Amino acid sequence: MKKKAFTAAASLALLSGLVLGGCSSSSDTSTSEGNGSGGDKTVVKMMHLWPEGSAKAQYTIVNDIIETYEKENPDIDIQTEILANEQYKEKIKVLSASNELPDLGITWAAGYMQPFVEGNMFAPLDDVLDGGLKEQFVPGTLEAFQTDSKTYGLPLELNIAPIYYNKEIFKKHNLEVPKTYDEFLNVVKTLKDNDVTPITVGNKDRWTGSMWYMYLADRIGGPETLNNAINRTGSFEDPALVKAGEELKKLVDMDAFVKGYNGFSNDEAKGYFMNEQAAMYMMGTWELPNYTTSPDVAQEFKDKVGYFKFPAYEGGKGNIDSFVGGPGVGLFVSEASKVKDETKEFVSYLVDEWGKRSVTEAGVIPATKVDTANTELAQMYIDILNDLGNASNITLYADVQMSARVADVHLNQIQALYGGEISPKEFVKAQEEALAAEEK
Amino acid sequence: MSNKYIITLYTLPALLLLLVLIYVPIALSGYYGLMDWTGIGQMQFIGLENYANLMKDEKFWASAGHSFLLGIFSVLSLLLYLAVSLVLVSKIKGSDFFRKIYLIPMLLSSVAIAQLWLKIFDPSNGMLNKLLEMFGVENTPVWLADPNTALYAIFVPIVWQYAGFYILIYYAALKNVPEEIIEAARIDGATPLQIALKIKLPMISAVFKVTIMLSLVGSLKYFDLIYVMTGGGPNGASEVMASYMYKEAFELNNFGYASAVGFGLLVICLAMTWLTSRLTKSNDNVQY
Repeated sequence: MKKKAFTAAASLALLSGLVLGGCSSSSDTSTSEGNGSGGDKTVVKMMHLWPEGSAKAQYTIVNDIIETYEKENPDIDIQTEILANEQYKEKIKVLSASNELPDLGITWAAGYMQPFVEGNMFAPLDDVLDGGLKEQFVPGTLEAFQTDSKTYGLPLELNIAPIYYNKEIFKKHNLEVPKTYDEFLNVVKTLKDNDVTPITVGNKDRWTGSMWYMYLADRIGGPETLNNAINRTGSFEDPALVKAGEELKKLVDMDAFVKGYNGFSNDEAKGYFMNEQAAMYMMGTWELPNYTTSPDVAQEFKDKVGYFKFPAYEGGKGNIDSFVGGPGVGLFVSEASKVKDETKEFVSYLVDEWGKRSVTEAGVIPATKVDTANTELAQMYIDILNDLGNASNITLYADVQMSARVADVHLNQIQALYGGEISPKEFVKAQEEALAAEEK
Repeated sequence: MSNKYIITLYTLPALLLLLVLIYVPIALSGYYGLMDWTGIGQMQFIGLENYANLMKDEKFWASAGHSFLLGIFSVLSLLLYLAVSLVLVSKIKGSDFFRKIYLIPMLLSSVAIAQLWLKIFDPSNGMLNKLLEMFGVENTPVWLADPNTALYAIFVPIVWQYAGFYILIYYAALKNVPEEIIEAARIDGATPLQIALKIKLPMISAVFKVTIMLSLVGSLKYFDLIYVMTGGGPNGASEVMASYMYKEAFELNNFGYASAVGFGLLVICLAMTWLTSRLTKSNDNVQY
């Protein structure tokens, strides 16, 4: 009997241990009792995704900015919580479900932001932009954070996608940087004839292949055609968009892309360029550190890499200075914040300071205009920034412009077009149908 | 204190954990399936609309088809494992060594296996195509990039991954077949093949049935290698039910519908479990 009582007690203890263990793990590690340390200070809570370990440069910039700001405004206390990318995304979702977003945080553009805007989680920031800040942004960047002509996020990063190429391979086959699309096709053909993989693209990720299509659509139909098809003032069955599909199919039939492109992730495809097995690679300017400053890449290889703008299409409406690209992350202010005014003030300061420092210190091109005159930058950065300054247009990535559901159709169709499963006509039709269905 | 209380007490922790971690989430996902919900913000009750859409969702049924195909392949591969175990259990040289070799894939994590096979399947630099080229094959297949081959290419590592597990189960079961019975058969003049097929196999039939169920249901809800290796692509060619559910929930922010998909997956798994147990039911329980 005694023994039984003991086992009963033991199992009870075990049970309670499990239950308590389950509870304690959910306790919050964030700075939820911040008011205590700040005294009379106004506490602004900020969450960002640059941990000291993995993004030291960004972390330092943000930290410095906060320190200076607190010095200049002694009554403000900014408390940060930092999580790495994926955990950050998770936590933001969880916090928004219980309406406990931090006063200030990081968001992604368009499709990602949409549910938050619809749920009234983010505050409109147009009043922050008035008074000069708006003019500092590169045209086309704020639009990605707008819904119904209200701005809900201020972009911190901007990327465009040039075509990087291996100068040594080009030289070996007596190739020049192509200025027109015909020249470009010639480059592809020459490389192919010499058994060199012309272009590497990791189309398992799909948005990678989408960029090639977007450039063709831009050069043939001009930047409006694709944008209009997506915002429903035009149609996706526009002849220019069909033509762009046909040109892409032609590239595929020429074996322009690395063998097995539809099975490669972007990183795998990138390997072909980094190992000099492929001559060209189109990717966002977030790759620039790999070709300039990154200590992990051999200098020898960096010296071989150049870039060129997507060539002009003869008889097409687009020009060579138009880019496919878009802003990366941006800042949001929580609608439920009790210190909205203070937060907004800090946001405009942060955007301004960030713009001055991000490219030189972290290699991140900010969405605000950069003065290249008195900065020490790698030549490729200066060239890109100058190109950005002269850009006639920046077309936001199609899959970001579209809603998640239509984007999925678009991306699947891209994969099917690359894979030769469908004709260019079917390609545009499927997307037109998806866009039209959503309009209803 | 009565015995019954103690029994209750002992089963309570497991029961409670099961309840909290399995049954409540199942009920919840069935409930979320009735909602239009992005995962953020307010849920909106829409009745059975999600389930009605699921019934006529071609993509879901295509992915269900892929899952069933995987199930069939997995069950067929059991025969291969059984053959291997029969060989291993007869006292051949190095059977101990081979048994360990077969077990190794089970010790690798799914992601490591995926990375390994991604390298093998690489169309230009991969081991497989290099080998084919050595034998003079031109136009080597692109495996994971071709919608016609992607699904089958992934089946190979999946089947390979679980080989060790099932071989271990069969090996243990075959070892348990009493030596006297085999001895008696041998004295009666049975050949090794007859012993294997007529004595050993019937005696482990119960184990065999269990493994059929395990591999079938495991295949139906299979996710990891597919997600890492192709993400369901190209253009949905290797999508299975679980990866489809993941996509709906986390890429398309459609938690309501994804919950309905998850619930559908559960129902299909339950139905298949019931069906296999009916089909393999027999009364000849072997007594040692």
